[in-house]
Amino acid sequence: MEKRVTFKGWLLPMLLLAPQLIVSGVFFFYPAGEAVWQSLFIPDPFGLSMQYVGLGNFEYLFNDPYYRASFVTTAVFSTLVTLVSMIPALFLAVLADRLVKGAGTYRTLLIWPYAVAPAVAGVLWLFMFNTRIGVVAFYLNQMGYDWNHVLNEHEAMGLVVVASAWGRISYNFLFYFAALQAVPKSVIEAAAIDGARFWRRFFTIVLPLLSPTTFFLLVVNIVYAFFETFGVIHTITSGGPQQATTILVYKVYADGFVGQDLGSSAAQSVVLLVVVGFLTVLQFKFVEKRVHY
Amino acid sequence: MKNFALGAALASASLIAPFTANAATEIQFWHAFTGRLGELVDQQVKDFNASQDQYEVVATNKGNYSETLNAGIAAFRAGEQPDILMVFEVGTATMMAAKGAIKPVYQVMEDAGVEFNPDDYIGAVKGYYTTTDGKMLSLPFNSSTPVLWVNRDMLDEAGVAKDAPLTTWEDVGKVLDQLKASGVDCPMTTAWQSWIQLENLSAYHNVPFASQENGFAGLDAKLEFNGPVQVKHIQTLGDWAKKGEFIYKGRRNEGGADFRAGTCALFTESSAGYAGIKSEAKFNFEVHPLPYWGDVDGAPQNTIIGGASLWVMSGKEDSHYKGVAEFLSYLSSPEVQAKWHQDTGYLPITKAAADLTREQGFYDANPGTDVAVKQMTANAPTENSKGIRLGNFDQIRGIIDEELEAVWAGDKTAQDALDNAVERGNQLLRRFEQANR
Repeated sequence: MEKRVTFKGWLLPMLLLAPQLIVSGVFFFYPAGEAVWQSLFIPDPFGLSMQYVGLGNFEYLFNDPYYRASFVTTAVFSTLVTLVSMIPALFLAVLADRLVKGAGTYRTLLIWPYAVAPAVAGVLWLFMFNTRIGVVAFYLNQMGYDWNHVLNEHEAMGLVVVASAWGRISYNFLFYFAALQAVPKSVIEAAAIDGARFWRRFFTIVLPLLSPTTFFLLVVNIVYAFFETFGVIHTITSGGPQQATTILVYKVYADGFVGQDLGSSAAQSVVLLVVVGFLTVLQFKFVEKRVHY
Repeated sequence: MKNFALGAALASASLIAPFTANAATEIQFWHAFTGRLGELVDQQVKDFNASQDQYEVVATNKGNYSETLNAGIAAFRAGEQPDILMVFEVGTATMMAAKGAIKPVYQVMEDAGVEFNPDDYIGAVKGYYTTTDGKMLSLPFNSSTPVLWVNRDMLDEAGVAKDAPLTTWEDVGKVLDQLKASGVDCPMTTAWQSWIQLENLSAYHNVPFASQENGFAGLDAKLEFNGPVQVKHIQTLGDWAKKGEFIYKGRRNEGGADFRAGTCALFTESSAGYAGIKSEAKFNFEVHPLPYWGDVDGAPQNTIIGGASLWVMSGKEDSHYKGVAEFLSYLSSPEVQAKWHQDTGYLPITKAAADLTREQGFYDANPGTDVAVKQMTANAPTENSKGIRLGNFDQIRGIIDEELEAVWAGDKTAQDALDNAVERGNQLLRRFEQANR
């Protein structure tokens, strides 16, 4: 028989749950509900009048080839950001884990970039790659490569991906490093005695044991790439050239706050909410099955 | 600790003092100027406050143009709007459509009994902010128009003759060939591509940018900037881009830094670039009128303005509007305007201010500073050249930026890009029409 502790009455449990419920209500359910409501209207910017259009905003969005293209851009962008931020992080964590001397210093230095805000990171990378005064652009030019992310779509995408992933490597490093330390030494030693070399031990023992961490980071990094990279994109490309770096969340901003088209902006927020919810469910349903805790 | 407390008390007392000592009505003024321009605005406000004791204007910077407009809109929705809001020319249609949110300037002046004559203003400036029946809705504040900036030293080095004309785009093409041949990396660049290379181009050649008098005559306007003149111009720029003669630097005025650093020879940019170029350029520079196509009949017509105007928000007490009227009247006085024009390179928005500047000998001492004024006032504005008034215009400009980038990158022809921009822009216009029905 399972032993259960239950509360007598409702007051105490409700009181204990209240802080979390209130925070979710005020900061999630209320604004999300408001967005759903607004997505059914075309309001004027000043809130003086509203036209009810039903699902008209959504219809308008999905008929717009540029909005559909933005999904692809977002998929490419978030996949790249996730890969570029997780693989080097794992690599660095493995190296740092094997360090005998000066491990503390390396660890501290590797964590530093996480303290840099996305917008600031964006400006830093922009300065390095600026076509006129950028250090990196200058040396690329010396080597005969004409760097111009202002017009070249691939270069622009590469730059925003790297700038977004850079600070994130530190965050992922931290989690991988902690996870690596938790891998039981006895298992690794046993494999070593059996004659498995380092990389073989890594792929057959360490990596599977890291899978809960990898899964967690996958979810967190995709959400990061979807929502928190706004600052980087805004400072480096503003969504250009053409629409090469206009990810969904940037379009919400551009249409809502620059274009004053609040109806379309609200509809886009609702779409984003659904997409991210769907992705998370998908991840928990399928990817998590392959995770060993 | 004691001293600190005393100091804090004194400091807070001195902060409160100006508001309690006299019963001046506080007028909130939100603007989009920082740096040197911000200082100049603060000075104007300070002078006005010192000139009388009934009103106290409080000027606050709210970020760039888009951010200031957003701040004003958000504040209005919360019932906390300022008395005066600076809105860039692109937001004009948005403000005009918001009838319940604004109080037209002509009415503010009329109610307050302050003398106000729209005809004092330069035609092209006035036209942008007045209704089709001549009523001024917002007060023009900072207005500029695009001109051609020239780095004479670079042209000399490339062996371009001193008297080689730069009047038409055909002339410019020859000079660009010469610059390129002599190894110049950046023969020409531009700022604000939509404003200069499409909106002004259309007005300057007296062809429509949009139907319904560029949107002045109704919300049902359709974009028409994919006509032969515009296509020819954009295609030529695209060809120059391919040859490395026209270098694209970005959607805003990124190219300004290159011109001021002496790396780009020709630069199409606002006349208000004057202050920056004058203080930073370590070379001989010249101002030329914006070039036009010699084979287009009716060119050059006149160019149109960019910049911002001051909108008076509704929902304030009458005493406030009286103060607003006084302040606006002060701002448009010839002395204030002439000083603003000379300090910044923005246009003198009234004829009196232009005359005063000439009398003061400013144009003689600073050759080229009157180019913009002449270019704007050369002809009486037509339906195609009095301005542009389109809803969602900031977004439409974004679309134009994207499509032009496709031309500069060689991905699309000018015709395809402009057709596409027109089609995408028209959808936004229909949405705006729907929202403001």
